[in-house]
Amino acid sequence: MTINRESFENHPFFDELITPNGHARGYARKLISYLGKLDKGELASRQLGAELAIKQMGITFRVYTEEEGSIDRVWPFDIVPRLIPKKEWDRIESGLKQRVEALNLFIDDLYHKQQIVKDKVFPAEVLADSENFREQCIGVNPPLGVWAHICGSDLVRDDKGEIYVLEDNLRVPSGVSYMLENRLVTKRVFPELFETYSPLPIDDYPSELFDTLSALSPRPGDNPEIVVLTPGIYNSAYFEHAYLAQQMGCELVEGRDLVVEKDDCVYMRNIEGHSRVDVIYRRIDDLFLDPEAFNADSMLGVPGLMRAWKAGNVAMANAPGAGVADDKVVYSFVPDIIRYYLDQEPIVPNVPTWRCIDKPSCDYILDHLKELVVKPANESGGYGLLVGPSSSRQERETFRKLIEKNPRNYIAQPTLAISTVPTINGGLLEPRHVDLRPFILSGKSMEVTTGGLTRVALRKGSLVVNSSQGGGSKDTWIVDS
Amino acid sequence: MLSRVAQTIYWIGRYQERAENTARLITVNTNLMLDLPPKGAPGWDALINLLGCYESYLARHPEFTERRVANFLINDEYNSSSIISTLCALRENARTIRDILPREAWESINSYYQTALERKQSSFSRQGRQSYLEHIIAGSQLMTGLLAGSMNHDMAYRFLNLGRKLERADMTTRIIDVRPENPLSEEAPELAPFEDILWMSMLKSLSAYQMYRQHMQVRINRKDVLQFLFKTQGFPRSINYCTENIRFNLSRLPKNRTPLKVLKKIDTRLTEMLTDKMDNNELHEFIDDLQIDFGTLHEAISKAYFPPALMSAA
Repeated sequence: MTINRESFENHPFFDELITPNGHARGYARKLISYLGKLDKGELASRQLGAELAIKQMGITFRVYTEEEGSIDRVWPFDIVPRLIPKKEWDRIESGLKQRVEALNLFIDDLYHKQQIVKDKVFPAEVLADSENFREQCIGVNPPLGVWAHICGSDLVRDDKGEIYVLEDNLRVPSGVSYMLENRLVTKRVFPELFETYSPLPIDDYPSELFDTLSALSPRPGDNPEIVVLTPGIYNSAYFEHAYLAQQMGCELVEGRDLVVEKDDCVYMRNIEGHSRVDVIYRRIDDLFLDPEAFNADSMLGVPGLMRAWKAGNVAMANAPGAGVADDKVVYSFVPDIIRYYLDQEPIVPNVPTWRCIDKPSCDYILDHLKELVVKPANESGGYGLLVGPSSSRQERETFRKLIEKNPRNYIAQPTLAISTVPTINGGLLEPRHVDLRPFILSGKSMEVTTGGLTRVALRKGSLVVNSSQGGGSKDTWIVDS
Repeated sequence: MLSRVAQTIYWIGRYQERAENTARLITVNTNLMLDLPPKGAPGWDALINLLGCYESYLARHPEFTERRVANFLINDEYNSSSIISTLCALRENARTIRDILPREAWESINSYYQTALERKQSSFSRQGRQSYLEHIIAGSQLMTGLLAGSMNHDMAYRFLNLGRKLERADMTTRIIDVRPENPLSEEAPELAPFEDILWMSMLKSLSAYQMYRQHMQVRINRKDVLQFLFKTQGFPRSINYCTENIRFNLSRLPKNRTPLKVLKKIDTRLTEMLTDKMDNNELHEFIDDLQIDFGTLHEAISKAYFPPALMSAA
């Protein structure tokens, strides 16, 4: 028996596959009994097989370290899948659609009438201090009125088994390619399991993304020319950019491949000459998109791109400025935003959040720094956090000063006891903490990936799932209950 | 197709051939060391010279020993034309356009590099080196086969072949140029019988020995070997085959006037080459001129199709 019962009993967290008294949950019973039949050596050798496959497939991500500079690392993967019953997933899916629909209405409102501010549901001062609000986007009408075509929302489950949204990534969310590759690797490693289970398929994503992007083309009727715009091979998500371009059969371009001509249209430099581009799936941050409009030093962008976009001659996904809703202070208002625009109660709740801009909340936060997680409004990748319970007195003092200096930039949340999934460690199964990032596509219709990318903190006891900080991932199965 | 992609895939072709032919070049030299008496064998400095990396070598090594030269050409990451650096550049370029390459081809290029890196220790001994170099050559052949059998034979494939054949033609002339400083028969009559061994060794390192026998139907001799390696149409490593293949690919691309003009000049030079009348010095000069032509052809292709130089530096 490979399941280390000791570590599964009594631990205070919710495990996705094992009940508190050490039995498999109903939907995981076949998986656990299958794993139970494999001895320690066999499990370790399957794990090794997966790692070899990943190395051979060249599934990598890039990390920056002070010692080694930028290096290409093999994607860390754990072979035990994370299972979610379909009935629960259906509810989550509708909650995500509701959320992104409201967020798109919110962004569109901010760049037009700002009715939600006038109605005092969303405070003017939060908008005024927003780092990701782009004046250049005011009054622009992107196709279909959609700004965030691709959203990656992070979900966590607490110790009672309740699912919460932890954050919404509306700028250039990444991870979907790893979700797709993880399934391929699992099929290589555990082909037998697919005889007893039939997890819902996930490989439709590239064609759904293609359809979402096609619908934005300014030249309907034609075969739209869609490109994926990447910062280049040194970007941490370059693998994904290349992967998606390949899967969609689109060109993968860098800024220097594109040019905006006098007619305010975007062209790419081909060996025969220039040819028109209709839709850009951009994986470059707003500020680097166009040196004429934003950061003048950007070598990654295309001069004149914003001009072409505003003229409606090219579509961009996500639209510039969509990041205004990707802000942890804005996040804390999402339940109100859903009620305001859709007149509905949120289906999937937010994690309880205190805002430093509210005086009473701020006092509470400063008094309870040791228990809370404090997050800056605009960082991503798990950087710049204060995790109260594991912080030093000095770190807390640093954060106290930061918060007092700029309360708009911080929120705080309780330290969540996020759920675990059995994970292989030296041939034994041990609980490791996970989150889940599904991807939501918005265009003519809305689509949600079946499941999403499960990220797992591979170090014992760690709650940090980011791949840049020792996290790995798992295949995610939506299964019949 | 994007100019930048054309440029990248062209370089993938060049790096692939460069790695393979550097392996062949080291093989021919190693074999000559074994086959020829010490007095007649070309030194290891000759290899460094042929590859045009004399200065960067001397900056790192005080002398030309077999071990040092072989390591410099195979494993040295500071030498940008070592096999390992070339394979690393090949993989990085393939990564830049992994959306264009068939998945299997990318996986094979990736493991080509990874395996070469993992096994590099084995190349330190003479015995291990031979099998290491065979692995490098086989890896390149596998890559050729995978791409030929799984990639659309479209524009991208043409640029791949342009790069490959130009590099192959250039490297083949360098391999032919591996010879003792002084012609064996003139300076030292007692070494004359070894002259044929030299040519046989070279043919073998180009996988050309059997094909030579089949095609030329004569025993090994200098004139016919040169005839075979420069002028035969059918042998895929001959200069003529490479230039014909470059013409085939160029003529199917747009804006090909200038590159084709340069190619015509190369053809004339090849046609006028008199393999039986050239002494070793003349042969060496002929090869030098040919290499300069190949450089001009590269410039013409770059100018016609690739992004402006300033842009690729961005």
